[in-house]
Amino acid sequence: MSTTTSTESRARGKAPAGERVADWADGRLGIYSLAKANMRKIFPDHWSFMLGEVCLYSFLIIILTGVYLTLFFHPSMNEVEYHGSYIPLQGQLMSEAYKSTLDISFDVRGGLLIRQIHHWAALVFLAGMFVHMMRVFFTGAFRKPREINWLFGFLLFVLGMFTGFTGYSLPDDLLSGTGIRFMEGAILSVPIVGTYISFFLFGGEFPGDDFVARFFSIHVLLLPGIMLGLVVAHLILVFYHKHTQFAGPGKTNKNVVGMPLLPVYMAKAGGFFFLVFGVLAAVSAIATINPIWALGPYRPDMVSTGAQPDWYMGFSEGLIRVMPGWEINFLGHTLVLGVFIPLMIFPLVLVAIAVYPFIESWVTGDKREHHILDRPRNAPTRTAFGVAWITLYFVLLVGGGNDIWATHFHLSINAITWFVRVAFFVAPVVAFIVTKRICLGLQRRDKEKVLHGRESGIIKRLPHGEFIEVHEPLSQEQLYTLTAHEQPKPLELGPEVDENGVRRKVKATEKLRAKLSKGFYGEESQIPKPTVEEYKEITSGHGHH
Amino acid sequence: MSSQDIPEENLPAAQDTSQGAVKLADEQNPFADPGLPPHEPRVQDIDERAAKRSERVVALLFTVSMLATVGFIASYVTIPVDKSVFIWPIGHISALNFALGMTLGLALFCIGAGAVHWARTLMSDHELADERHPIEAAPETRAKVMDDFRQGAKESALGRRKLIRNTMFGALALFPLSGVVLLRDLGPLPGTKLRHTLWSKGKLLVNMNTNEPLRPSDLVVGSLTFAKPEGLEEHDHEFQTEIAKAALMLVRIQPDDIKDKRSLEWSHEGILAYSKICTHVGCPISLYEQQTHHALCPCHQSTFDLSDGAKVIFGPAGHPLPQLRIGVNDEGYLEALGDFDEPVGPAFWERG
Repeated sequence: MSTTTSTESRARGKAPAGERVADWADGRLGIYSLAKANMRKIFPDHWSFMLGEVCLYSFLIIILTGVYLTLFFHPSMNEVEYHGSYIPLQGQLMSEAYKSTLDISFDVRGGLLIRQIHHWAALVFLAGMFVHMMRVFFTGAFRKPREINWLFGFLLFVLGMFTGFTGYSLPDDLLSGTGIRFMEGAILSVPIVGTYISFFLFGGEFPGDDFVARFFSIHVLLLPGIMLGLVVAHLILVFYHKHTQFAGPGKTNKNVVGMPLLPVYMAKAGGFFFLVFGVLAAVSAIATINPIWALGPYRPDMVSTGAQPDWYMGFSEGLIRVMPGWEINFLGHTLVLGVFIPLMIFPLVLVAIAVYPFIESWVTGDKREHHILDRPRNAPTRTAFGVAWITLYFVLLVGGGNDIWATHFHLSINAITWFVRVAFFVAPVVAFIVTKRICLGLQRRDKEKVLHGRESGIIKRLPHGEFIEVHEPLSQEQLYTLTAHEQPKPLELGPEVDENGVRRKVKATEKLRAKLSKGFYGEESQIPKPTVEEYKEITSGHGHH
Repeated sequence: MSSQDIPEENLPAAQDTSQGAVKLADEQNPFADPGLPPHEPRVQDIDERAAKRSERVVALLFTVSMLATVGFIASYVTIPVDKSVFIWPIGHISALNFALGMTLGLALFCIGAGAVHWARTLMSDHELADERHPIEAAPETRAKVMDDFRQGAKESALGRRKLIRNTMFGALALFPLSGVVLLRDLGPLPGTKLRHTLWSKGKLLVNMNTNEPLRPSDLVVGSLTFAKPEGLEEHDHEFQTEIAKAALMLVRIQPDDIKDKRSLEWSHEGILAYSKICTHVGCPISLYEQQTHHALCPCHQSTFDLSDGAKVIFGPAGHPLPQLRIGVNDEGYLEALGDFDEPVGPAFWERG
């Protein structure tokens, strides 16, 4: 009705300017409905929930500093003679890419700082994603409904690795060129198409004149474009699913307890962006990263010792270093297994952790939503698998840095290589068993604590001379927190012969599933949590011991 | 409970109050969820002076940030870009980089610290609970969506008019081929390029460092020298690509110490010419141990015995380094007697 509209607009006309702008935007974008659902959205608090924020903020910092760097960087492999202000390289032949990186470092005021923030932020971004992924993994935050977001995060990690690799290859310095050469050698090992891929990637033979320009567009446009989309999707899903929380008084699977987005979370999260940026800037002020001027321009016939990729590529370096040099020649062809097998294990290592949520949900057959996080000890098999994976990852990192270990600890490089070869197979198994034991031990301790109370540290002497430690009973809050987790029963296959004496066919996959389920929830894999009866029995006074 | 074994009169009174102070809200189920704990006020909630102090701290942090930004601009303007400064314990570093980084870091950090301190001490810290709703749609919604989809599919007649369906799939499947074809000119076909290097019969071996042709007398036993083919100069457009294949590593070993027969035949007075490019993934080999005649690739530690046909004795390389046949020309200079007889560098499918 027109009268209503006019009164409304009159009423709105008197509103403060901010409100009028908001009204204007709402009429076109519908922001009020969005804000209604989100402005006071609740976010739970826990230190480990910051890890994802570190990733988000370092990603933003990388984009900001990266855009600045593109203003000065020349992605060209034209050979030029250097006449800039860095004296030791005067008169040297180098690519324009390398020269412009020197210019950014020595002639653009603040260029070195931005370059170093960019590189440090990339290292922190990858490390942050790794740790954030582990947080999500060990607390079971990947379970339904968050499996897709787990995959988005995983893709971000993998794309981040390749964005990092293409990025540190751009300056065309001696170290990064060596990394590119390694990549070319690995591509050549691919059966049938390897040579062709290599020629298409490098525009001919290695190194050619093309790869810096090609890597540049991949590094600044293609990969970050995809990643930006994934980051947005990741965040939308975090908002949509609402954040997970740890078990505790008042916290259930049907609610989310914490502080509202406006103002507390906005101030904390917004402030945290500045904290991360500030720390990265300070680190870049005092700690030199990737001093390309000390390495010199790339020459395919030169190399320095101690060549190492950035840390997140280290495990692939380990794979390639410890693999025996198997080569099979047949019918005029060569199968370069010594390089091709590591090249194939590289994605497999990553995929193993990516598909785990789907394996777990298949084994457990659990189709419910989970918003309460597990304590790692209460999911011993999952925790053990995660630790085994991390162990494998770090064993490979040791392999990737075998020369550094050898020179710093005066060890034989051959011995380290053999150690890694054996540990590649043995260490994850040992880590699995040990972790599971530790988890079960911690479960026992929790049970003990629930039933007998907290060790108070107070020693008492009884009239007949015996010394005892006083145990302090837990509050109901603590009792609830320690007993809130579920303990599912392992999957039963059911009898193989039904009541009519007919043999039922059990599929092999079902048998495997039952076996794995026993591994997850069998007697060997969890300590039954204390029951109310047990608790009452002990606390009622009859339970003298 | 252990304490229940003890007669009452023997228990210190102070401890008694801390003991048994726990009251279970639910006698039936001691493990039941007691609900959200009551809010505990912070000192700022009850003492306005403490709140004022927090306010001043936040304002101070924001002020420091402003000063740091002024410092950043001042450093940018006043400190020369090439000035170096000694900072303990880091050493000599760029003064400008240090000043800009520290002031920028301080300016940003103080904004962050101020905001977080404000949120932690002055904003309400009452915990609130939001309800969650199942992600899955209600059955009615699901049924409606399915019906709509079936209706739409039926109206499109995609299932009934197979000709349209099949030709559409055909067209959609074919058109991405154009994109694939467009990638063809990314590079030339490999052909036999990986099999040939610049070396050919009569090409002199030129010292990489001095740019002079080498004579046998330039190489002493135990030395390691890098060489390139004559005519290849650093300024050449194809220099990088050619040196990536042609780079040569010369060692001189007492002829009696050379174990491999063919290796000895292809050498000249104990001078052996091997490809410098590792057969693993192509790093240049640059570490040589003259006592054992082992050459080590610094990238992945493949180790080759240069006295035994450059056989792989450790590491991930799959085959020996190719050897170049060398001799001496009429003027006494070292020359190649042909190209390598096998591809240099990493192995590949067509290598054979």
